[in-house]
Amino acid sequence: MGDKETVGPEKRESGLVPSKVRDEFNVLRAKAKEDLQTLKKPEKTQLFKSMFRVKHDDSERSRALSVLTNVFFHLHPAKINRDAVRYSYTWGMGGISFYLFIVLTFTGILLMFYYHPTKVQAYRDIIYLMSDVPFGKLLRNMHRWAAHLMVITVWLHMFRVFLTGSYKKPREFNWCVGVVLLVFTLLLSFTGYLLPDDQLGFWAVTVGTGMAKATPLLGTEGPLGPQLGMTPYNDVRFALLGGSIVDSNALLRAYIWHCIAIPTILLILLVVHFWRVRKDGGISGPAPVQLESEIKPERKF
Amino acid sequence: MDWKQLWDIMSAPDNVPIAAIAFLIPFYSWLAYRQARANDRLIDQLGADPQLAKTHHRKTWPWKPGWLKEVHTWPYLMRIEFLAALIVTVILTVWSITLNAPLEELSNPNLTMNPAKAPWYFLGLQEMLVYFDPWLAGVVFPTLIIVGLMVIPYIDANPLGAGYYTLKQRKWAIATFCFGFIVLWVLMVFIGTFLRGPGWVLFPLGKTWDPTYQPYAVNRDLPDLFHITSMAGKSIFGAIAVGLYFLGAGAALHKLVTRKGLNAKIYQRMSLIQYLTLQFFLISMIALPIKILIRLLFNIKYVWITPWFNI
Repeated sequence: MGDKETVGPEKRESGLVPSKVRDEFNVLRAKAKEDLQTLKKPEKTQLFKSMFRVKHDDSERSRALSVLTNVFFHLHPAKINRDAVRYSYTWGMGGISFYLFIVLTFTGILLMFYYHPTKVQAYRDIIYLMSDVPFGKLLRNMHRWAAHLMVITVWLHMFRVFLTGSYKKPREFNWCVGVVLLVFTLLLSFTGYLLPDDQLGFWAVTVGTGMAKATPLLGTEGPLGPQLGMTPYNDVRFALLGGSIVDSNALLRAYIWHCIAIPTILLILLVVHFWRVRKDGGISGPAPVQLESEIKPERKF
Repeated sequence: MDWKQLWDIMSAPDNVPIAAIAFLIPFYSWLAYRQARANDRLIDQLGADPQLAKTHHRKTWPWKPGWLKEVHTWPYLMRIEFLAALIVTVILTVWSITLNAPLEELSNPNLTMNPAKAPWYFLGLQEMLVYFDPWLAGVVFPTLIIVGLMVIPYIDANPLGAGYYTLKQRKWAIATFCFGFIVLWVLMVFIGTFLRGPGWVLFPLGKTWDPTYQPYAVNRDLPDLFHITSMAGKSIFGAIAVGLYFLGAGAALHKLVTRKGLNAKIYQRMSLIQYLTLQFFLISMIALPIKILIRLLFNIKYVWITPWFNI
């Protein structure tokens, strides 16, 4: 044993790997071990800390911070009324509508890759999408059904907000924003109707924009329209269609309204809507019931 | 009974949402009704016992002193949101795999679809085209609906019922909204989908849609019944008829609103502008079913005829 110890270094030097390299290797191995140790606690790594900024243990403070310091979650308050999570009260329709909007944006963007808004191409693109594009049919179906579902969930959301009297002070303005959002949801769905350029969309839009002809003052067939100089070539229907018939310009206009203009407006209004939910004191309830005998005289000014 | 046609309409992929609302709206109405009844019972109980009203936590759910009033958003709310997103995704995926979005023939301006129907959510407005001219049904009504919805918070002077389901404290508001939403909007969607056949003719449920069928009806205008023939006479007559309707309906509503109880209290709190706005929208809304009825019962097309517009 003693011999071995004294000759050890010489022996090593005589080996294939020089001792200097071997030392280096040992250092690296120690470092690798250290790195592997951090895998057990990923939240201690610089990478993790740089992304998430705060601790994610189950302490009160961390739970609050995990919501407050996240750009996607901070729409929420850190804490909410214990009864506000009751599904029977909220029905969750507002949140589901927003989720459907995200689904529609996602599938819509994918659909845009396969679609040309021209009379020559549009219908063929849909046929192609349904027969040749991988998952194309699924994509189109999901976009369509999510749109229908969103109309229903927005209606139900409004129904719930009305039934719980949630539009009352101080949420009056947010109710109005919600009504505008409802209108834009319907318009978004309607403008998408024309895009496949099939008989269904064509006639629905022909009938729909036909009504614009009858707009009072601004339509060629509307009350007082002709007296104000409205013709099929300058009235409000012409502006909607980019022509006097539903043709290529109408298709392009529907496309731009559907894919860019209305989603942008909707998104801005959504931001306002969500922001006001927070600023007006979070969701309205379930609030404690008030009694008729407790009505206070109103101070108008 | 034409079961096949009925099945064809009901199972058309684009009509699935209508089948869905046939279940969803009754279900959620029931859910709301149940909670409203529970709250109303609590309100009665607290109203009868002022001492209890001082100490009660005023919700129908259990509560014990010392329980936390608030919970953390993470995880108590966000896990629900996550689950909701998951469930919706599953429903959408199954729906998208099993049912194909409709695609008709290439658009053809020379081949009119019969019946040419608007998307299902606009069928209520299309239904109104039967009873009103396009400028009313297609332009004025949608505008009034939007503005009418937006003024609701500003004309509802009832301070009660904010943030909880109740029927007792908001009888009129809820009845009005349900009438507008369920009868004048959702029911019209159902009529437009299931009962309106070729030529937008009203077929009873299950009757074969015959494209050659022409119902015999001679429509008259209200002034005709009074043998008024000149345009000036018709214009003046119509203006008087509509004016009388507004006055009559307004007076009747006023009587209802100011009669007694909570309604009278709410009326006290309203400004003149609030009250007149409420009256205008209510009277306009009630005019719809009235016009539908006089058309269906007496074949009356217009009430008011002028050189510029007809109502």
